[in-house]
Amino acid sequence: MKLPKARAAKRRRMAVLLLAMIGLGTAAALTLTAFDDHLVFFRTPTDVATHQAPVDRQMRIGGLVEEGSLERVTGSTEVRFRVTDLEHAVPVVYRGVLPDLFREGQGVVANGKLASDGVFTASEVLARHDENYMPPEVAEALKRSGRWQHTEPPGAKN
Amino acid sequence: MAPELGHIALILALCVALLQSVLPLAGAQMRDPALMATAKPAAYAQFFLVALAFGCLIYSFVVSDFTVENVVRNSHSAKPLLYKVSGSWGNHEGSMVLWALILALFGAAVAAFGRNLPPGLKARTLSIQAMIGVAFLAFIVFTSNPFERVFPPPPDGQDLNPLLQDPGLAFHPPLLYLGYVGFSIVFAFAMAALIEGRVDAAWARWVRPWTLAAWSALTGGIALGSWWAYYELGWGGWWFWDPVENASFMPWLVGAALLHSAIVAEKRDALKTWTILLAILAFALSLVGTFLVRSGILTSVHAFAVDPKRGVFILAILIIAVGGSLALYAWRAPMLKAGGLFQPISREGGLVLNNLLLGTATATVFIGTLYPLFLEAIGGAKVSVGPPFFNATFVPLMVPLLIAVSFGPMLGWKRAELGAVFQRLWVALALSLGVILLTLAFDKGRQILAALAMGLAAWLIFGALVEWAERVKLFRAPLATVWSRAVNLPRAAWGMTIAHAGLGLMVLGITGSTAWQTEVIRLVRNGDAFDVAGYSFVFKGTQSQEGPNFIATRAVFEVYKNERLYAVMTPEKRLFPAAGSTTTEASIRTNLLADLYATIGDPEGAGQPGASGPPAFLTMAGQDVAWTARIYHNPLVPWVWLGALVMMVGAGVSLTDRRHRVGAPQRLPHAAMPTAAE
Repeated sequence: MKLPKARAAKRRRMAVLLLAMIGLGTAAALTLTAFDDHLVFFRTPTDVATHQAPVDRQMRIGGLVEEGSLERVTGSTEVRFRVTDLEHAVPVVYRGVLPDLFREGQGVVANGKLASDGVFTASEVLARHDENYMPPEVAEALKRSGRWQHTEPPGAKN
Repeated sequence: MAPELGHIALILALCVALLQSVLPLAGAQMRDPALMATAKPAAYAQFFLVALAFGCLIYSFVVSDFTVENVVRNSHSAKPLLYKVSGSWGNHEGSMVLWALILALFGAAVAAFGRNLPPGLKARTLSIQAMIGVAFLAFIVFTSNPFERVFPPPPDGQDLNPLLQDPGLAFHPPLLYLGYVGFSIVFAFAMAALIEGRVDAAWARWVRPWTLAAWSALTGGIALGSWWAYYELGWGGWWFWDPVENASFMPWLVGAALLHSAIVAEKRDALKTWTILLAILAFALSLVGTFLVRSGILTSVHAFAVDPKRGVFILAILIIAVGGSLALYAWRAPMLKAGGLFQPISREGGLVLNNLLLGTATATVFIGTLYPLFLEAIGGAKVSVGPPFFNATFVPLMVPLLIAVSFGPMLGWKRAELGAVFQRLWVALALSLGVILLTLAFDKGRQILAALAMGLAAWLIFGALVEWAERVKLFRAPLATVWSRAVNLPRAAWGMTIAHAGLGLMVLGITGSTAWQTEVIRLVRNGDAFDVAGYSFVFKGTQSQEGPNFIATRAVFEVYKNERLYAVMTPEKRLFPAAGSTTTEASIRTNLLADLYATIGDPEGAGQPGASGPPAFLTMAGQDVAWTARIYHNPLVPWVWLGALVMMVGAGVSLTDRRHRVGAPQRLPHAAMPTAAE
């Protein structure tokens, strides 16, 4: 009785192992292909201005909304503004409702694509959602352009 | 006075937890009943002291005691009472006290209700629970004291973040923590079993109700958070695959796997080491979530340095808990005896498949959430992983799982025939095909994937109903028999039917709102009329509005359906002067089949929403200018949350099963019972 039971146990273990391998293999394949297509890289305004950012690919830019750059296109929901890291600025076009805490001179992150004329078309605009919070991308952009000052500590409240 | 009392209570609770983590465990190892018996009073005392501290904190918020720094930063004297109370856990320090309170609550509950637990297991479980308590109480006392005083006290507070001033979010953290922290007791049970070196059906039965309770609360907490995001953020979406959301979703997935594997451990004495591992992982992922949300690492890896003490402390807790438990697992798990055998096609096999898919899905969420942090930590590129990644990995893994859900309960233990199960499920299959065809017909064949997903939702719902109908012999026996069978059906079986049907309802909601959402963004002037998904909207202008601690501009839309007034929708934009921030209040009209969802943006020519002076949306209220409006029609979206609610009810019904309450499970005599002393 001992031997067949052991063999059955072994077979069962093999079956479970095989299933697990198939599952993990599928997941790994899905993850790798998805990473390739859907990883969104972050670029600073300087990257964009110096043509280091690829054209027509989903990306994320961050910086400060340049003072005096916000304009609403009359008769449409389109808004234009410039995102700056205080070294270079990128013109951004967005259609829709800006977030509540969107302000000139404040941090902003935009998701979208860069056109060959250097204009960034945003599909999503994110501002900080908390008074004490600066989006990490904005801090990063300012640090890279060497304009980071500890006037606004990037500490999350919660 | 209250702040000092609370502070002392916290320190005393830490001392009690220290004793509780040592004495009962030592007693169990030395088989000393007197030492083991210290667990119960210690667990009660710990709970009482933390509750006292939490009460003191709430009191400080309610009376607006602005000598306490935490109250100054998160409250305001003009804030409504509910948000004064909820403000006490709407910040880092206070929410940690809530964490510790729920930790102690679960310990006290095991002490009170675990009457039929063997004294050794109970003592060890409560000791492990107290060790977690020591870690978090020390964290609060040494790095996050909620009772810190300020001098001189300011005249008024800085107000709670207005986004958090909401009934949904007031109760979101307590429910979420009941779930998160609830897994701690399951973890403690697993550790105690590993120390004892035995896991059997009785152990699995003791652990199951705690898992059910924690998972059910976590379901509610996540659903409440998602609902809040839906109506408060004003984006019309309800799930964004945001790292904070994922942090709570991962323990939920593993908890669901654990619920199912514990059934196999209980009924068939199999998958025992796997069940232990899941119990460890569920709590480990809860800790990972806590770490992600609190360390500031999500803001940025660099922001870690903002308060290094806190992040490092939680990281240390995480490493000790996960490393220690996995080491104990590696050492003791091989000693656990393997249990019953089964064929791949069997109830056990189905539950293994459930576990594999849920485990793999958790892994993909884990990778998507932590990969950007990992890449940045090693100095790589700064990247983000958004919804497209999760849609491409998580969703394909869920499809086979959801298909399998209706088969699983139909399979017999040990071995089963798929063909026979198919025959019994033909009604569900036919109805699901019908739903697919109906959807295609209504949608004019535009979205084939969405139609298939609707069929999948129907498959889950009808599959659950068919299984239930078989159990009670519906249509096969006289009604009296059916009635008595339904009444006598174990509550656990009822719970499963309800939870699986709830999952189907949720899939229905997810599919409807993803596939058929209509979004209209446009400028509106007084008197403008426009159509959204068959409804006619007329903009009737804006007006000023005043609340207890905010001023607002309210837009008025009249909505007509078939020439008749259907609803008046009044979205608002609010300014909270004390906090200096603005929120968007969506106006939502639901008929349970679809939601109409309206928000209002800025007026045209708002130009510079400068930092100085009142914002344009307030000064231009009532004027005849164009406003940006965003209107959504979200079909079936209420069922996302109603489905989650039904799943919660299912878990709750299962929790009331007789066998969790009466008939203390008897342990089989164990020939060689290894103890750590050997």
